[in-house]
Amino acid sequence: MSITRRDFVKSSAVAAAAATIGISLPSSLKASPTAPFEDDWRWDKSVCRFCGTGCGIMIATKNDKIVAVKGDPAAPVNRGLNCIKGYFNAKIMYGEDRLKKPLMRVDANGNFSKNGKFKPISWKQAYDEMEKQMRKSLKELGPTGIAVFSSGQYTVQEGYAMTKLMKAGFRTNNIDPNARHCMASAVGGFIQTFGIDEPAGNYDDIELTHTVVTWGANMAEMHPILWSRVTDRKLNKPEKVKIVNLSTYTNRCSDLADVNIIFKPNTDLAIWNYIAREIVYNHPEAIDNDFVDKYTQFATGVVETGYGMRKPDHKKFTDKERETVKHQVEKTVSEAEGVTLSYLGYKAGDAMKMKHASAPKKHWAISFEEFKKALEPYTLDFVAKISKGDEDEDLSSYKVKLKLLASLYIEKRRKVVSFWTMGMNQHTRGVWVNEQAYMVHLLLGKHANPGNGAFSLTGQPSACGTAREVGTFSHRLPADMVVANPKHRAVAEKIWKIPQGTLNGKPGSHIMKIMRDMEDGKIKFAWINVCNPFMDSANANHWLKTARQMDNFIVCSDSYPGVSAKVSDLILPVGMIYEKWGAYGNAERRTQHWKQQVVPVGDAMPDLWQYIEISKRFKIKDVWGAQKIPGLPDGLPDVMDKAKQMGYSPEDTLYDVLFANGEAKSYSWPDTIGEGFHNTEAEGDGRRITGTDGELWKGYGFFVQKYLWEEYRKFGAGHAHDYADFDTYHKVRGLKWPVVDGKETQWRFNSDYDPYARKADNGKYAFYGKALKNIPQGNLKGPDKSKPKMDLSNKAKIFFRPYMDPPEMPDKEYPTWLCTGRVLEHWHSGTMTMRVPELYRAVPEALCYMNADDAEKRGFRQGDLIWVESRRGRVKAHVETRGRNRTPKGLIYVPWFDEKVLINKVCLDATDPISKQTDFKKCAVKLYKA
Amino acid sequence: MKKVQEDSSRRAALKTMLRGAGLMGLGGAAWGGVADGLQASELTIRPPAALKEAEFVKACIRCGSCVEACPYDTLALATPDDRTAIGTPYFKPRIIPCYLCTDAPCVKECPSGALDIGKITENDLLNINKSKMGVAVVDQNSCIAFWGIQCDACYRACPLMGEAINLKFERNDRTGKHAIIEPVVNREVCTGCGLCEHACITEKPSIVILPVDIANGKAGSHYIKSWDKNDEKRINTTKEKSAVEANTAEDYLNDTESLFDD
Amino acid sequence: MIDIIGRNRFLIFRRSVQLLIILAFVASNRWGWSVLKGNLSSAKALDSFYLADPFAVLQMFFSGFVVSSDLIIGALIVLLFYALVGGRAFCSWVCPLNILTETAAWLRRKLGLNTTTDNIRIKRSIRYYVMILALLLSFVLAYAAFEVVSPIGMLQRGLIFGFGMGWAVVLSVFLFDLVVLKNGWCGHFCPLGAFYSIAGKLAVVEVKHNVDNCTDCMNCFRVCPEPQILKNVTKKTSLIDSGECTNCGRCIDVCEDDALKFVLRNLKNNKNEN
Repeated sequence: MSITRRDFVKSSAVAAAAATIGISLPSSLKASPTAPFEDDWRWDKSVCRFCGTGCGIMIATKNDKIVAVKGDPAAPVNRGLNCIKGYFNAKIMYGEDRLKKPLMRVDANGNFSKNGKFKPISWKQAYDEMEKQMRKSLKELGPTGIAVFSSGQYTVQEGYAMTKLMKAGFRTNNIDPNARHCMASAVGGFIQTFGIDEPAGNYDDIELTHTVVTWGANMAEMHPILWSRVTDRKLNKPEKVKIVNLSTYTNRCSDLADVNIIFKPNTDLAIWNYIAREIVYNHPEAIDNDFVDKYTQFATGVVETGYGMRKPDHKKFTDKERETVKHQVEKTVSEAEGVTLSYLGYKAGDAMKMKHASAPKKHWAISFEEFKKALEPYTLDFVAKISKGDEDEDLSSYKVKLKLLASLYIEKRRKVVSFWTMGMNQHTRGVWVNEQAYMVHLLLGKHANPGNGAFSLTGQPSACGTAREVGTFSHRLPADMVVANPKHRAVAEKIWKIPQGTLNGKPGSHIMKIMRDMEDGKIKFAWINVCNPFMDSANANHWLKTARQMDNFIVCSDSYPGVSAKVSDLILPVGMIYEKWGAYGNAERRTQHWKQQVVPVGDAMPDLWQYIEISKRFKIKDVWGAQKIPGLPDGLPDVMDKAKQMGYSPEDTLYDVLFANGEAKSYSWPDTIGEGFHNTEAEGDGRRITGTDGELWKGYGFFVQKYLWEEYRKFGAGHAHDYADFDTYHKVRGLKWPVVDGKETQWRFNSDYDPYARKADNGKYAFYGKALKNIPQGNLKGPDKSKPKMDLSNKAKIFFRPYMDPPEMPDKEYPTWLCTGRVLEHWHSGTMTMRVPELYRAVPEALCYMNADDAEKRGFRQGDLIWVESRRGRVKAHVETRGRNRTPKGLIYVPWFDEKVLINKVCLDATDPISKQTDFKKCAVKLYKA
Repeated sequence: MKKVQEDSSRRAALKTMLRGAGLMGLGGAAWGGVADGLQASELTIRPPAALKEAEFVKACIRCGSCVEACPYDTLALATPDDRTAIGTPYFKPRIIPCYLCTDAPCVKECPSGALDIGKITENDLLNINKSKMGVAVVDQNSCIAFWGIQCDACYRACPLMGEAINLKFERNDRTGKHAIIEPVVNREVCTGCGLCEHACITEKPSIVILPVDIANGKAGSHYIKSWDKNDEKRINTTKEKSAVEANTAEDYLNDTESLFDD
Repeated sequence: MIDIIGRNRFLIFRRSVQLLIILAFVASNRWGWSVLKGNLSSAKALDSFYLADPFAVLQMFFSGFVVSSDLIIGALIVLLFYALVGGRAFCSWVCPLNILTETAAWLRRKLGLNTTTDNIRIKRSIRYYVMILALLLSFVLAYAAFEVVSPIGMLQRGLIFGFGMGWAVVLSVFLFDLVVLKNGWCGHFCPLGAFYSIAGKLAVVEVKHNVDNCTDCMNCFRVCPEPQILKNVTKKTSLIDSGECTNCGRCIDVCEDDALKFVLRNLKNNKNEN
């Protein structure tokens, strides 16, 4: 009902008249005293769909459409503000080409054909074909023949349901998220250093620190709300607070920075070691000896680990590609490496065999003396020489900056926060460089206390909350458990109420390997969930061809058509964020839930529904018999007998066992928490969709999202991953886990704030993570087998990691570094933001940001169309020599949001060998006019 | 003509001449009026290096060479519905801005000098950044950056980022922990290319290009900034006023009657 | 068939020239050809020299603008050219508006409108006053006054760069010619035509009438856009030497008796002929 001003005046007058003669009017006729003009729309809390910052927003709904958003004034992260992507949350929902019906490639008879054209089909036909294709792949290849591209943009429940379906149902670990591309190296750093994932600190560190150092993190564009907090901090104490920006090019953060350091790609490894050397050699008084002795242990690891590439003899490589890929097996030690790896006996020109490529995580404890010895080469002269990124910068002024950087870390009582994102994570030594950040902070005792800490920012809205905490990775289970650990599998099997031995102990294929396995014909069914892997995976030419030219079946669940949908065989339209119940977890461990605000458009259905529906198509007897797994000699056992003992019938479907079991049904719908809100999964909706069985969709009949949350949180409860119950999250603006006794935790590992640290009874700090805490002892050259293993309970590791070159560097033929990344205006592959007219107009295409002198030298003018070509592929882009990203000579920056400039055709699919995260930030290209 | 000569009556001839002159006057007035209506509104944004509007309209031969030369299809020749001098080149930055080609092809192609390459030449080198097509003006009410939203899309779109548009950082007292990051235009540097207006993400742009003469005010030359040495140059622009009429003071003093008007 | 072509050869030839010129401009704008860049106001030919509309340049001169030497030379080239081939050859061989006004004239004939509306009489000399007015107004208004309202400009720019509302002005000229006044625009008002009439006064290319072959069929009078210039036809052998002749050759096309043809005026023998 809408009340105009005139109606309001009129009804006030009527009410006044009525009051005088003592009549009480129905309340609908009385104007509400608080919000007389607002009562035909509803505000409800939610979160921003975009980056990992996790801003709270309020959604206005009217006539079952989202009509407006506003920043949530009560949200601690953003206090009612947003960035321009957040500003457009309402507009992403209703783009003209929203997918509204299932679409399949069909022939003239309406049957699936790999070379057919997309035509609308029914949900039933879609699921019939999907079931058929899954069965075909399972029969031919076993559980490893199917895979899911998962996501850091899943809601927690979606990620949890799909993990459970794949791991417990289909017994495959081939599920890996796009988050692999964005923060796997951070995870590696956390697990190896602390034994538990995710940051110790939180965003309040910004207001408490004196120094913000950004390492490969253009926060101003990628985390704008956090950057505005950094800016405010600087304004608050302009003399005391210092901002240092380290990057391979000048960017939007440089504007605020007191010091802007442009370094050569990959040399962040050397700069961290320079800081450590400054501490250890020149300012030993700065070392927090008490902290180091009590809470840390020095360690190092193997270096000959390769670069996460395939072997050069792979038949699908071109000769050009092999020029780079050969480094996976062997490389020649460079001048710089001759210095930095001298502690292992290498000198420049030596051949280095990548003998640890299959066990890159191997590390061991060393003494402080050994650690100190290893840092010796990282003098100011040496590091400045190899790391200065701008050839036009004067070496001595560059040295002054490096010294200043070190002194800011070292200064007693100066609080320091180091932030990083993709610059350090998308790195062939990404885990190492993450560990180096902790190295410096731990040496100084500047970690895990208010205003001090090394803080890995995440890119995606639920990279932490879903991908990492739920564990939608090929090697993980919820709450930091891993499939390779039998004890962890047992815990999961118990919570999931599945027979012991059901879970597959062999880690599956990480996201890059899913692509490679598809190219090798080892995976023939793939399902794309909330991501765009054919646009976001490096060396895309291989994968695009694989999708379209090989025998496989690719399903893409998406809201808008993108590159991945284009190369798929079946497209399932999904409900977008506010069209479903969900929860996200941001970079500061804050979990935030929201309710379904509106019914999805067209015939689109929530992702969760799509995942659960396929479970109805498989019986446990189809999947829980003995299974062959490549690399597991005994395969997976037949667990049907055990299942029967547990009371399951062979005819039970995966739906009955995994999703609609007794416990699930105990969460009834309707529930008071959802009063007045839709729940398409639980009760269907007014659209009267015909479901996957050809019948009218009437809902599961229970509160499936609440059930999944409540079951999921059992994994972490009591293991330092505690969450609050479902209903609580609908009353608060998010809580930072671990949530113990209803209270969130501000700084982990610090007994002043963290109940788990107090419980460990280890003094002020306890790095209580359990993973990788029993390691051999040795020296810089390797572990000493004669010495017993060391127990590092409640300790963190201070790693020494050397500088090494990346696998591909500019040379005569390909003389330029290519770096990719994002821009503020667009989210990831642009499928949503490119459909907001305002954002599209603001940045309609990806430009090739380039140094003006370089452009002139090559005869390019501003705006010229040029080819950017690597050994793998080429794309055309327009030259931009001005504006937001100002690159030094020899480096270009091309963002990846634009499918017209599919820069991933050019990028190298080398990964960090430990984390398997692709290095999108460096490869060598040549440029010429188109 | 013949007819006039054939006419025997001088009076008739005079009448005809008068009528002719009258008709010409009428036609001229009507034509002039219509033409002026079709003439430039002062809000038209011209290509780089254009002469001042009045001169430009004189000089432009409306050949469209600049339009053809523009690689971005930015420029168009005005049609009657464009409310500007018909046939002259202009652009609307919100639709397609000027991308400031470093080689200024539009200017080079101009045969008439209406686009004057001298205006963007500095030490014998072409410098497109010297263009003055207009100047960007921010509406602080609708600009969401002033609300505290993290935008600065205009700033990042500016080809002279950090020079023509700068950022002003202010604390956001409402939230207590965020900064308001406001775009501020430096009118001395702004070229009026309109990339900011084009990029602005509000429904109707909150930063728009206005012609310099419209947007800029002018302080009187009778006051000079003590803190700016260069400002003294403005004295040269002072026009000497003619002497005050001699007897205004006396007139005033002698008019005592007005004191007793009531 | 051949006869139809033969009896329309100048018409076909003219239309081809008119369209090819516009095509050259459009091709330059769309596809970057360099035969003729720009438009009829000013163009760069073969990427080497400029051409300019001399009347426009004259207006600019009156408006008080010091015209660039490129344009002055360009205008002189054009002026010289038309001075030789007949000033108003521009009108019939180049001007795109001519296609429309001739079509209007043709439709008038077909629809029999010439009789019904013939009562409106406006002197054809008015165009010279319009021309003078254009120059005076350019001086007063300080910009090229005719260029602002010129339907020729609107049409040719419209064809090359896009019309906007310019088509309405062009259409109104067409309708004026069709229903109000025969040869209304070109024959009565167009100051550019007037300018070229003066410029082509002494042209070398002229139509010559041979009275010996004339059968008084009056076909030429029916098609001529400026019939007043045919005053000697049927009377005596002479050059049609009025500057107002557009050298369109339509009279030659329709003459079935070989009484009209193009000749080069021999300046020496000029007097003898007369």
